[in-house]
Amino acid sequence: MGSGERAEFKNPVVSWIDERLPVFSMMQQEYGVFPTPRNFNYFWNFGAIAMFMLVAMIATGIFLAMNYTPHVDMAFDSVERIDRDVNWGWMLRDIHMNGASFFFIAVYVHIFRGMYYGSYKKPRELLWILGVVIFLLMMATAFMGYVLPWGQMSYWGATVITNLFSAIPLVGDSIVTLLWGGFSIDNPTLNRFYALHYLMPFVIFAVVFLHVWALHICGSNNPTGIEPKGKQDTLPFHPYYTMKDTFGLLVFLVVFCVFVFYAPDYLGHPDNYKEANPLVTPPHIVPEWYFLPFYAILRAITFDVGIPGTEIVFISAKLGGVISMFGSIGLLLILPWLDTHPIRSARYRPKFRFFLIVFLVVFVMLGYIGSQPADATLFGAPLTLLGILSTTYYYGFFLVIIPWLNNTEKGKDLPKSIHDAVLEDAREAAKG
Amino acid sequence: MMFRLILFVAALTFLPLHMARASGGEAEPLVHQHWHFSGAFGTYDRAALQRGYKIYREVCASCHSMKQLSFRNLTDLGYNENQIKAIAGEYSVEDGPNEEGEMFERPARPSDSFPAPFANDKAAAYANGGALPPDLSLIIKARHHGSDYVYGLLTGYEEAPHDAHLLDGQYWNKYMPGHVIAMAPPLSDGQVAYEDGSPDTTQQYAADVVEFLTWAGDPHMETRKRTGLKAIMFLVVFAFVMYAVKRQIWSDVH
Repeated sequence: MGSGERAEFKNPVVSWIDERLPVFSMMQQEYGVFPTPRNFNYFWNFGAIAMFMLVAMIATGIFLAMNYTPHVDMAFDSVERIDRDVNWGWMLRDIHMNGASFFFIAVYVHIFRGMYYGSYKKPRELLWILGVVIFLLMMATAFMGYVLPWGQMSYWGATVITNLFSAIPLVGDSIVTLLWGGFSIDNPTLNRFYALHYLMPFVIFAVVFLHVWALHICGSNNPTGIEPKGKQDTLPFHPYYTMKDTFGLLVFLVVFCVFVFYAPDYLGHPDNYKEANPLVTPPHIVPEWYFLPFYAILRAITFDVGIPGTEIVFISAKLGGVISMFGSIGLLLILPWLDTHPIRSARYRPKFRFFLIVFLVVFVMLGYIGSQPADATLFGAPLTLLGILSTTYYYGFFLVIIPWLNNTEKGKDLPKSIHDAVLEDAREAAKG
Repeated sequence: MMFRLILFVAALTFLPLHMARASGGEAEPLVHQHWHFSGAFGTYDRAALQRGYKIYREVCASCHSMKQLSFRNLTDLGYNENQIKAIAGEYSVEDGPNEEGEMFERPARPSDSFPAPFANDKAAAYANGGALPPDLSLIIKARHHGSDYVYGLLTGYEEAPHDAHLLDGQYWNKYMPGHVIAMAPPLSDGQVAYEDGSPDTTQQYAADVVEFLTWAGDPHMETRKRTGLKAIMFLVVFAFVMYAVKRQIWSDVH
């Protein structure tokens, strides 16, 4: 990067800088003339939207940090002070807390887009893995951010999640002590979470940089999943996609603003407006909505794994749940090697498409299960049963269905090129 | 195809959310009241806020603190500076230490926060049979459908069913999760004298104090909604412009 050809600039200042540090050439090459497949649909907006949300989170977060006090006796009141007395503090906080949700919405759509159109396949494996790493970092950051207001759900959510690590054999308890900075969740925990919550977004930013770099090495995938074969298949990134992304982003922001200004607490939990109290456990501890599917997988494992008929337990239910939960994201990491089918896009793989849509439905179902108390029922069926069935499908999709489809699915005929596919679509549209 | 898929998934996502909110313990389902502040253009009714504050001062404040609020916040209720000084002056707060190192009492100023009825949580719980009266600053935000819930709770006291066993100092309320509540029915008809001719009924008292408590938890609601309207109008117009720009730029490609 940067060692490539330099562009010509008329402005002498720009030219002077560019000769010494070719940032303008780089921008020109990577965002100006960068050849981009011409057939993106609106699902390709969500990368830019996620990027915007990351910047918005960092920008609002810095100002919130100026007014926040990371101390168990003052954190809750300092957040209230931001809401009440800091100029426009209520808006910063509403943007920040709903921004987390909308960042996750953008990223979930972005990930599903990648799965639907096979964007993880060769040569984009590393690009995909960096994306999963960003997702993991986001989850850690969001979790620690949710602890900071020091409300009841902050405290008890932190209790549940940090206790997960105690399931790890041998070192589990030491890890938990390290996370807590002591023997219970207290001021040291809040302080380290605050420090890390401030640090992590910059780590995310760095990995996003690598993610975009990797993207610009192999270029974007597209709805057909066929590589561009020449100039007739691509458009320069600017102005075609800068303008399209801006339009998509604005539509997204309209929905975002409806939540920020008219329902700022809809996605939160009322219990977080009660100050943390270690002596009172809320009747029903739930994480933020974006963790619910994984929370359901965690709770789905309610049985020990051992030798039947004996007392010997290899994996306790708790450890089993933790393994399943982290494993469910681990599967995403190895997805490029699980799915070796030569066709990328689900458009030309009807069977894969069917099972992927079922996967999406199951994932949403897991989210619902995660939001409910453990003893709830749905249409008379116990949710624990639905939880284990959904978890089984989640794993089965990656470990059984995808490998099976590798060998059995023939797929539809691919168009000769992106250009052909676009022309074909235009003909269809003209007819219908 | 993909857009139908989004709609389907969106429906699938929001349906369970609503089902999740509808179920919630054994208490009676809340009756949705019409509030002056509901809706995208809803505002606080200043007269109701002032009546609600009167209810809080004369009834609730004997047990419940509101530590997030200061007298200066009362400008939102429509009081002017002098009125607020007068209201604050009726309370006395501890200040100090003075030059001799002594703490002293002085009349409250607008910058002081609402004085709490008890010295600390332990004292508050002890004086109330072991049940701590919660701080009311955020009571509406800290409950699902807070305004309807608090209104329901204040008007939902009933004779306990025959098979229920209530201890001394416990009461039966149809909207309380679990029905048993340690707060005696706080409001009764004619208890507080209104000066503006509003009916002296429990329902009116409850509605007014809920209006006040909703404001207390969300004092910037009116600014928030007004700002939201401007932001959304700007974004919608900008989006239309960008759509036109995008179509124009792409016209040679399609």
